[in-house]
Amino acid sequence: MTAMVKAEGVHKSFGPVEVLKGIDLEVKSGEVFCLIGPSGSGKSTFLRCINHLEKINAGRLYVDGELVGYRQKGDKLYELKDSEVAVKRRDIGMVFQRFNLFPHMTAVENVMEAPVQVKGVSRGQARQRALELLDRVGLADKAGSYPSQLSGGQQQRVAIARALAMDPKLMLFDEPTSALDPELVGDVLDVMRDLAESGMTMIVVTHEMGFAREVGDSLVFMDGGVVVESGHPREVLTNPQHERTKSFLSKVL
Amino acid sequence: MTVDIDKTTGDTPPAGPEAIKAIPVRHYGRYISAVVAIALLVGVVYAFSQGKINWGAIPDYFFDDRILDGVGKTLLLTVLSMLIGIVGGVMLAVMRLSKNPVTSSIAWFYIWFFRGTPVLVQLIVWFNLGLVFEYINLGPFYKDEWSDFMTPFLTALLGLGLNEAAYMAEICRAGLLSVDEGQTEASHALGMSHAKTLRRIVIPQAMRVIVPPTGNEVINMLKTTSLVSVVQYPELLRAAQDIGQTSGAPAEMLFLAAAWYLLMTSIFSIGQYYLERYYARGSSHSLPATPLQKIKANVLSLSSRSKPTGGTA
Repeated sequence: MTAMVKAEGVHKSFGPVEVLKGIDLEVKSGEVFCLIGPSGSGKSTFLRCINHLEKINAGRLYVDGELVGYRQKGDKLYELKDSEVAVKRRDIGMVFQRFNLFPHMTAVENVMEAPVQVKGVSRGQARQRALELLDRVGLADKAGSYPSQLSGGQQQRVAIARALAMDPKLMLFDEPTSALDPELVGDVLDVMRDLAESGMTMIVVTHEMGFAREVGDSLVFMDGGVVVESGHPREVLTNPQHERTKSFLSKVL
Repeated sequence: MTVDIDKTTGDTPPAGPEAIKAIPVRHYGRYISAVVAIALLVGVVYAFSQGKINWGAIPDYFFDDRILDGVGKTLLLTVLSMLIGIVGGVMLAVMRLSKNPVTSSIAWFYIWFFRGTPVLVQLIVWFNLGLVFEYINLGPFYKDEWSDFMTPFLTALLGLGLNEAAYMAEICRAGLLSVDEGQTEASHALGMSHAKTLRRIVIPQAMRVIVPPTGNEVINMLKTTSLVSVVQYPELLRAAQDIGQTSGAPAEMLFLAAAWYLLMTSIFSIGQYYLERYYARGSSHSLPATPLQKIKANVLSLSSRSKPTGGTA
């Protein structure tokens, strides 16, 4: 299996605050990769670096073998133009904690938007595909609803369908269930589980340890901007080696 | 005080707890203030009706050709100045928010200058700019003396439009800033460019914040056009004043102009209302009722008020 995402000594600072202090990891193609850790540990920031919503300060970050945000010629790095970054982002779907659906568009329009505007797909084709995707996330009957008329769980599932509409090769989930009522979490996790079974490469920042254990192929525990422990989810979650991991898990499990 | 009324409109009253029947609090202060207000109003109306004003002159001249021409010019000036204002305002707002320090400083300076000086002064300055620029020379395209180039119409248009751009810039900036940053991020994450994000995602949402104050600006602009009578442009006020001087009914013509302004601002207000409704889509679970729907609902509730059940309109 090839590496979909590869990080080598990734550093990121916001002003004087160093959020990522050298991250090394590898996400294989087709695997579900879970990132856990306390808030402020840098896991969301790392996720946002992968599609260049944040610029890294040092190290190298590759997606599908290509540098993120830069082009290397000889030993010189050239920053990519905004339009080049945008092209690379087409292949990376992202799902946000706060959904970030477009509130002035209906569910189906949200899903159609990027294929029509970015890929130039015809509206008719895009609509048909959008309806299929909404059906896949169990919301075929909500196609004409505006986000404000949907529950949090429904909004998040529309957001997943919106990301899938671009046929990404990698999906990033930034705490997708953290803003949801507990009883709505299950529906979203079901959709993600279904997606994992279809072979999608997924990086999931989550506090859902049950999901990580059941669906995850790899798991990384981050704290203070570094990777503390990594391995197979079942091993790390049931038999953590580091003190820090143990104390974190004892609080959340 | 309000009594909680059971909202289920069944034919038989539900066998729930007995509804409270209490004597409402009497608001004697309200009766007194209402009587005082009506008395004052009657006094004012009476005073005007007894004054030396020839009310008959107003309908005589209401549809006079010169007045209608003035109304047309006022409307034309309003629309064109607002157009300059909105286009300029959007440009200035984007410049102001840009990361380039030069463009954002220029935008800041423009807004500072045009908001900081009275529009009447700006109009007169434009009119007299021939002191600075004797000729206008656009290379092979156009060359003329400033006083010939700067007609009253162009003076009025530039004076009002450029001033308006400064105000519109602040309104647009507030609108653009009101859109959650997550929207931009989501759009970028989908691979949309800056321009597409702005056009498809940010601006449509900013419009909800931009439209109401812009409506006010249009109404303000309509009234502000009366200032351009000082640069000899024959808009509504000037037309009314001219007629007033020749017909010997100057005060009456001012009332006539006021009536026309009121009529036009009222029409604009209605347009603004429907525009706001359009941009409010998706923002709330149900849109507010249109005036027509409200009137219908009021009529229904009035007609059903006599009945003991009390209809829910």
